[in-house]
Amino acid sequence: MSASTQEINNLINQEYKQGFVTELETDTFPIGLDEDVIHRLSKVKNEPEFMLEYRLKAFRHWQTMKSPEWAFVKFDPIDYQAISYYSAPKRKEDGPKSLDEIDPQVLEAYKKLGIPLDEQERLAGIAVDAVFDSVSVATTFKGKLKDAGVIFCPISEALREHPELIKQYLGTVVPHTDNYFAALNAAVFTDGSFVYIPKGVRCPMELSTYFRINAANTGQFERTLIIADEGSHVSYLEGCTAPMRDENQLHAAVVELVAMKDATIKYSTVQNWYPGDKNGLGGIYNFVTKRADCRGENSKVSWTQVETGSAITWKYPSCVLTGDNSIGEFYSVALTNNYQQADTGTKMIHIGKNTRSTIISKGISAGHAQNTYRGLVKVLKSASGARNYTQCDSLLVGDQCGAHTFPYIEVKQPSAQVEHEATTSKISEDQLFFCQQRGLSAEDAVSMIVNGFCKEVFKELPMEFAVEAQALLGLSLEGSVG
Amino acid sequence: MLSIKNLTVNVNDKQILKGINLEIKPGEIHAIMGPNGSGKSTLSHILSGKAGYTVTGGSVTYQGKDLLEMAPEIRAREGVFLAFQYPVEIPGVSNIYLLKAALNSIRKHHSQPEVDAMDFLTLIKDKVRLLEMDEKFLYRAVNEGFSGGEKKRNEILQMAILEPKLCILDETDSGLDIDALKVVAEGVNSLRAADRSFVMVTHYQRLLDYIKPDFVHVLANGQIVKSGGAELALELEEKGYSWLEDSKAAI
Ligand SMILES: Nc1ncnc2c1ncn2[C@@H]1O[C@H](COP(=O)(O)OP(=O)(O)O)[C@@H](O)[C@H]1O
Ligand SMILES: [Mg+2]
Repeated sequence: MSASTQEINNLINQEYKQGFVTELETDTFPIGLDEDVIHRLSKVKNEPEFMLEYRLKAFRHWQTMKSPEWAFVKFDPIDYQAISYYSAPKRKEDGPKSLDEIDPQVLEAYKKLGIPLDEQERLAGIAVDAVFDSVSVATTFKGKLKDAGVIFCPISEALREHPELIKQYLGTVVPHTDNYFAALNAAVFTDGSFVYIPKGVRCPMELSTYFRINAANTGQFERTLIIADEGSHVSYLEGCTAPMRDENQLHAAVVELVAMKDATIKYSTVQNWYPGDKNGLGGIYNFVTKRADCRGENSKVSWTQVETGSAITWKYPSCVLTGDNSIGEFYSVALTNNYQQADTGTKMIHIGKNTRSTIISKGISAGHAQNTYRGLVKVLKSASGARNYTQCDSLLVGDQCGAHTFPYIEVKQPSAQVEHEATTSKISEDQLFFCQQRGLSAEDAVSMIVNGFCKEVFKELPMEFAVEAQALLGLSLEGSVG
Repeated sequence: MLSIKNLTVNVNDKQILKGINLEIKPGEIHAIMGPNGSGKSTLSHILSGKAGYTVTGGSVTYQGKDLLEMAPEIRAREGVFLAFQYPVEIPGVSNIYLLKAALNSIRKHHSQPEVDAMDFLTLIKDKVRLLEMDEKFLYRAVNEGFSGGEKKRNEILQMAILEPKLCILDETDSGLDIDALKVVAEGVNSLRAADRSFVMVTHYQRLLDYIKPDFVHVLANGQIVKSGGAELALELEEKGYSWLEDSKAAI
């Protein structure tokens, strides 16, 4: 009997396919962090003065803070002086970049990852911003988007070219004082994407950012800001990978979304940072603050995430439902294996009247991994008629792993309806045998069962991503029939 | 087709099957009857390759090969099919997806290309009609929220689509009302073929009114204590099992 449990364990262990390193000449800061580094960072990115001040303010605040300890994860203290805060592929000369200027090795790296950046091979219908270590190296379809009035560019470019929008929105959803990693990010963030969808515009294509960590001993501090103005609509995707290394690397990101009246933002993530090896050596620390402000009436933000990578994931994409009738959604699949740890979930803060939120979380734990759902549903007194539905399901593969659920509910408004359902199950040997008796290999059987478990979340992903997500879990494509 | 010789099987160091001998030729239907706990499901599981049993002696030869050496999915692809006594639920996986995946893995094993999507739909709708099922069942998660009878029908649907060579039905009749029993029997009868054999495990002879067996074996306390033709089932219906168990004990 334990033989087939062992079998399940072996099956879920897949090789990490994006673990290659690209050999490049880089501009990399020496390790260490002080105000001087922040001055240099702001200078190398040619930022306006107000940004330098913002960074310094955040840095000074960060120095007064302590690393959070409430999450259900364990790791040795991070030595912030042992990290380099800037690393970028060397560019031939300064000035506007075109694809010719990008190191062919970098283009090759993206190609290997299945993200072609050159003109001929671009992904149809998806505009890509490619962030390599600390810089954005290319953004495709900028012209076409510009025709629609959409701004989609690296945030470092937006700082220079759209300072008014930056001043108006940056840090308004996640202030630099929000938490330890958000403060650090505000001080040292390097690149990420900036999106502005003007009033009444339906973004003509999917927007996506592909984050790649390549350099060793660096941290990646991504900053993304998406603003959907009144009545606009955008779907944004992000993907992440990194080489296999024995050292842990830090990815501390901040993502802010602002949805104005009648606007909709759909934000999807497939996170596949290097998870570390079978014994828990190496891997990315993915410490991320993602938050959306549904600022206007009838606005809607939907987070969908598939988290399979990272040694540690600490991440709670949240919605502040400020506008009346606004809607927040969170659909999550988090798979942890070997010694991976995930503490992830969401916060839904109901402020406006008749605000609604839905949380569907699917945690899969295998090997010695620990998988925690942590969620907060908070209904303020002002939010009359607010409703929340939460469903948290955990699937255990083997008996060495753990699943934990911490749902926090705070309701100050008596008319609110808050529902919570939670289940924990195991892939049973009977299910596995049944599938094998029908001719499926054990591998396909596990894939199929895990895939079925995640179905409610996968159906929220844009098509292209659903395929990638299922492949990631080692799945053949459920849903290609019927 | 299948030759079982002196098969002895333990579960957790307890002997459950105590020397089974059985010969099944292509096209034959064998009914295995016996009281609860006599080892009928154990035998079905051993033939289909479920883990958790220890074969302590004897052999099972299927189409000239050592069946016990084969992984369960290989047995399935080679044509061994078990209709489960207790079919499991697989949340989120639609029936039609499972069926297509199963059919394709069997086809692949025989170096055939994947089934054409249109052909598959035609085939499956045909069989759904045969078993008087609602097409909606195809798109529901495997057995999730199905009634006992619907689960059993679903097993026969899978059998009809996968077209196995050796069909083992473990108490497919239990939990079926008389109408459902007729439909299931009709499904099984439609699959009868010169190169296809059936092992029908059942507690009651009721099913055998609709599917006429060539042989009936009585399993009691891990051994086949009596074999005969279809008429043996009627005798059992009348007398129960105890006279056989007693007679065996007396030997
Ligand atoms: N996993 C198991 N552990 C212990 N005993 C078992 C196990 N499975 C079956 N048995 C025992 O084996 C005997 C035969 O069971 P089974 O094959 O299910 O009988 P039947 O299908 O004829 O009712 C019973 O005494 C049952 O209790
Ligand atoms: Mg039984």
